[in-house]
Amino acid sequence: MSHVAPKSMYFTIFGLLMVFTALTVFAAFHHLGIFNFPVAIGIAVTKATLVILFFMHAKYSSRLTQLFVVMSFFFLLILLTLTMTDYLSRGLKTYPGGAAGAGYAPPSAAPSHETTPGGEHEEGAAAH
Amino acid sequence: MSDAVAHAEGHAHGHHPDLQHHFDTLEQQHEAATLGMWLFLVTEVLFFGGLFMAYMLYRVWYHDAWVAGSRELSITLGGFNTVVLIGSSLTMAMAVRSAQTGFRRATIGWLLGTMGLGLTFLVVKVFEYKDKFDHHHVPGFDFQVDAAHAGIAGPMEIFFSLYFTMTGLHALHMIIGFGLMSVITWMAYKGRFSPQWYTPVEMSGLYWHFVDIVWIFLFPLLYLVDRT
Repeated sequence: MSHVAPKSMYFTIFGLLMVFTALTVFAAFHHLGIFNFPVAIGIAVTKATLVILFFMHAKYSSRLTQLFVVMSFFFLLILLTLTMTDYLSRGLKTYPGGAAGAGYAPPSAAPSHETTPGGEHEEGAAAH
Repeated sequence: MSDAVAHAEGHAHGHHPDLQHHFDTLEQQHEAATLGMWLFLVTEVLFFGGLFMAYMLYRVWYHDAWVAGSRELSITLGGFNTVVLIGSSLTMAMAVRSAQTGFRRATIGWLLGTMGLGLTFLVVKVFEYKDKFDHHHVPGFDFQVDAAHAGIAGPMEIFFSLYFTMTGLHALHMIIGFGLMSVITWMAYKGRFSPQWYTPVEMSGLYWHFVDIVWIFLFPLLYLVDRT
């Protein structure tokens, strides 16, 4: 009824997944600076793509199904990027009179009030 | 097939016994099932996505704790489990292919192989969890870290909270998958599938591969933060 892929394809994909697994372990033991994280994510995305396309037959699915597959990761990207741009830009006070990068740090083990996002509420409450 | 023939003869119209009345053809029914399963997997991606979001933010905030926490995990066990789980994806893909081509015994064999590998993964996970309890690395259960990491004990507890939540939910998905596969194997044993209709095998396959993909991300994110 639907596409039957040759057995060799599944074993080839499995072999590639093993190679990428070895590669990601290998990379973790080498100092790549800020690139360690992107490399690990890049390899994981590549492996996931192989599984989705060939093991999950997305390559042979209808266009509508493929759209759903892409959509799931599109919404995941929205979740991750929009949330991260919010959190990572909170310390960037670039308006006149603001000190760039000052006034914000991640909560330490003993959080102080000045650095928490809730601080702005207190300012507002004090004004009233 | 004898059942199918008898059923078809029982009806005035000779449709396939597994074609439900609200579908025109088996192809249409198969397409609807595939799309519905993927829609479910979209919700699963976002379900795990929230945890990955929390992971990313805390990793940026508490990088030192992430490195220290990650080094407490065993690459040997994690790597072994990665190979086992990707192997189980291969056997699952082969089970679907055997069902597609109508080899009943091969389908059962590959499904049992997949369940065996899944069980192996879970047993290894039990030993990993036990090791964490022994070393007091379980948040809420007398959590302790080495003296060298005393300053980042709090953030390390967050790391281990996420470790247990993410791997725990992943393991729960595997247990559910194991249950699904028990049913599918029983159905295959009963000769319920044919090259015209093997939808449950394929849908279970999609689910199992998804669980594999989650682990493909969990392994480098939890075990391999920084090993230099």
